[in-house]
Amino acid sequence: MFDFQIVTSWFDNLLRGCMPEFWVLFIEFVVIGIALLTAYALIALALIYGERKICAFFQCRLGPNRVGWKGLLQPFADMFKILLKEIISINHIDKVLFYIAPFVVIIASFLSFGAIPFGKGMQVLDFNIGIFYVLAVSSLGIIGILLAGWASNNKFSMIGAMRSGAQLVSYELSASVALLTVVVLAGTMQLSEIVEMQQDGWFIFKGHIPMIIAFISYLISGHAETNRGPFDLPEAESELTAGYHTEYSGIQFGFFYLSEYLNMFIIASIATTMFLGGWMPLHISGLDAFNQVMDYIPSVVWFLGKTALLVFFSLWVRWTFPRLRIDQLLHLEWKYILPINMINLIVMTIIVVYGWHF
Amino acid sequence: MENIKKLISEVVPSAVIEEKEPLTVTVGNKDFRLLAETLRKNDVLSFDYLNQLIGIDKDEKLGVVYQLSSSEQPGQTIVLHTYADNRENPELCSVSDLWDSACINEREAYDFFGIRFIGNPDMRRLFLRNDWKGFPLRKDYVNENEMSVESHEMSDISTHFSVVNDKVEEKEENVFENDEYVVNIGPQHPATHGVLHYRVALDGEIVKKVDLNCGYIHRGIEKLSESLAYPQILHFTDRLDYLSAHINRHALCMCIEKAGEIEVPERAEYIRVIMDELTRIASHLLGWSCMCMDMGALTAFIYGMRDREKILDIFEENCGGRLITNYNVIGGVMQDVHQNFRKQVKEYVNYQRKKLKEYHAIYTGNVIARGRMDGVGVLTKEKAISFGITGPSGRASGFHCDVRKIAPYSIYQKVKFNEVMRTEGDTFARYIVRLEEIEESLNIIEQLVESFPDGEYRSKTKPIIKLPEGEYFERVEAARGEFGVYLASDGNKTPYRLHFRSPSMALVSVMDTITRGEKIADFIAIGGSLDYVVPDIDR
Repeated sequence: MFDFQIVTSWFDNLLRGCMPEFWVLFIEFVVIGIALLTAYALIALALIYGERKICAFFQCRLGPNRVGWKGLLQPFADMFKILLKEIISINHIDKVLFYIAPFVVIIASFLSFGAIPFGKGMQVLDFNIGIFYVLAVSSLGIIGILLAGWASNNKFSMIGAMRSGAQLVSYELSASVALLTVVVLAGTMQLSEIVEMQQDGWFIFKGHIPMIIAFISYLISGHAETNRGPFDLPEAESELTAGYHTEYSGIQFGFFYLSEYLNMFIIASIATTMFLGGWMPLHISGLDAFNQVMDYIPSVVWFLGKTALLVFFSLWVRWTFPRLRIDQLLHLEWKYILPINMINLIVMTIIVVYGWHF
Repeated sequence: MENIKKLISEVVPSAVIEEKEPLTVTVGNKDFRLLAETLRKNDVLSFDYLNQLIGIDKDEKLGVVYQLSSSEQPGQTIVLHTYADNRENPELCSVSDLWDSACINEREAYDFFGIRFIGNPDMRRLFLRNDWKGFPLRKDYVNENEMSVESHEMSDISTHFSVVNDKVEEKEENVFENDEYVVNIGPQHPATHGVLHYRVALDGEIVKKVDLNCGYIHRGIEKLSESLAYPQILHFTDRLDYLSAHINRHALCMCIEKAGEIEVPERAEYIRVIMDELTRIASHLLGWSCMCMDMGALTAFIYGMRDREKILDIFEENCGGRLITNYNVIGGVMQDVHQNFRKQVKEYVNYQRKKLKEYHAIYTGNVIARGRMDGVGVLTKEKAISFGITGPSGRASGFHCDVRKIAPYSIYQKVKFNEVMRTEGDTFARYIVRLEEIEESLNIIEQLVESFPDGEYRSKTKPIIKLPEGEYFERVEAARGEFGVYLASDGNKTPYRLHFRSPSMALVSVMDTITRGEKIADFIAIGGSLDYVVPDIDR
């Protein structure tokens, strides 16, 4: 299997051969930054296109099909449109907070985006506390949403932000506990190691029933964290017009929009990394020929394929289910998912202690 | 009815009882309150349902016409007339404590005729602005209001008139407390399905009070009609509840035909009823779709719209119009049906039956949807009758109110169908009644298409239609409930007074009662389940 580290270390050595370390690091940071930003934007565009097409097929429609082949250029056209749109300035708002809010949201999603292992050797941030880091930075986004709701000086935005606060804080808990279950099994928090450990079998197969429970509850709570239907109460367009981003226009709104799509991707890729083996191909011990064939598929394809499957699942849920009510949403979390997760964590610990896992 | 006559003459000997259909009683304003109370609360037959409350300016006197019926014998109605003493300060007793629906209707009468109802808790104008001069439906009204382009603060004060020591006292009350968190739902809001404005006081997510503001798109259709000839006013009815356009127009045509004794050929009746039922299906489909959308299920919305399109195609082929059909005329229908009509309708019936199963699969059985609908926004039978909630929403509360059954008109007697009834009165009951009514309508259409007669589609009428002097009532079952027409003629070619009973007005007036204490998300879902149409309120 091709290791992307070959490319990065070749580039590193090349630069080190002709300039001092400061400039090497500087150029590398810039290159990585640009690469990440481009990937971020491209993935967002791909997701927007994918969502519009998939949702169209769910709804017996065609979806975008005019701009470019099968409408492929539609998201680009939309992107340029939103970039060119006027940012409407609103009276009686808290100006500083209002303008900061979209940046907080997008920076939080960007920070967690950096930690995702896309392929073998393709990971920007690989801390030994990787999962901890991802959980920490992804929960920063809620601050941006609360700020947006508060600073807009709009009652709908305020209700949306309050709902969002209650929802995100609650679901963060069970998402973290579900991921902790994996950490207990893996014995490490480093994302690259977690992926390596799944070489001979993904955690979802290795970890018995507790792992499957953790996977499902992570999908539910992760889905809730992305503010998408049936958990889209903070926006709830039929109730709150557009919730916390009612007053935003132009690229400011674009930031919220973009980060929403990317959060969906990030949740799916964390789930892929933690439960479905990340970029690791499907290996079945004993079938060497099969395993070798699987190895020929590049690791990036494995990763993106699994993530796309989870994203599709999330779209499927979104376009089928109606919206929950705020009390039902919190009931679901505090009375069902969280207690189940807690017990699940204990069961997992017992399994690991006695070595009952595969 | 003989017992009722006896009762009336015992209680109020001065009442003038006219022997006609419906039974008409004229009573002085002093005795009116006593008569109303007697009719509402008696052992013989309690008239607990106020069909219409119509302000009228007749013979230089301002008065009100009440049409009452009983939920036990809903087929029979009784009409009360009462007039105020003078034109300067017209005052009448309110009956809003006897019938809840009177509250909003009295506000309308106050708005257009300036009749003050003593005892009504909320005597604000309903449709017009608070600074409007004059009362436009009075016959001596001259417009002196200038077009204003300035934004006006909304008045937060409701007026209440009461009698203290034989003197009328005016009392003002604030609608909302000063420190209440009031959210505007509307006039531009995705879930009000039109230009309707609610002000909702919230306690966190919980609705404390709802204040309704109508009139953003009021077009004064009743006033306009008074200066237009009968064939000209027909098209206004399509623009009331535009989703049951055909049915509304059917009501007005029937009323004029009854008054002018115009025969309608059998083929025209068949066409009318088939189209009525198609309209009802289209309307229920849209109601279902929008309710699903209000609750966040966008796919269900598209499904409903997709199937509704098939009906609109049938309309287009037959009458040219898709939403506003303009198909009924006095004496029949505008033109004969298209040659493919029967085939198309049969195909559609089979198609829709299959699709209904899909609806149940995608939404009815969904666990989130049931959680959102079961036990939410309960409307009891008593409240439904008192507020005059008819149609699917009334039947969901167990109010036997299908005009097609209780007072069959046109050819509804010839077809077999069930009146879909529920007793829970919650959002889910209102939801499921609509879907089941679609099935019943499909059955009706199927029976009628089989026995579709040949012949004339329209009888010859005079170019200028003049109706004999008198009052005429007609009611039909529109998609949202009982649609009533009141037509007073003075023998001219234009109506003297035309009033429409719009089912949607009753539906919005009940919002405050059934949404209090529910969540704001339920407020939207309940609104979707009531399925009101705003132009029907703002006539």
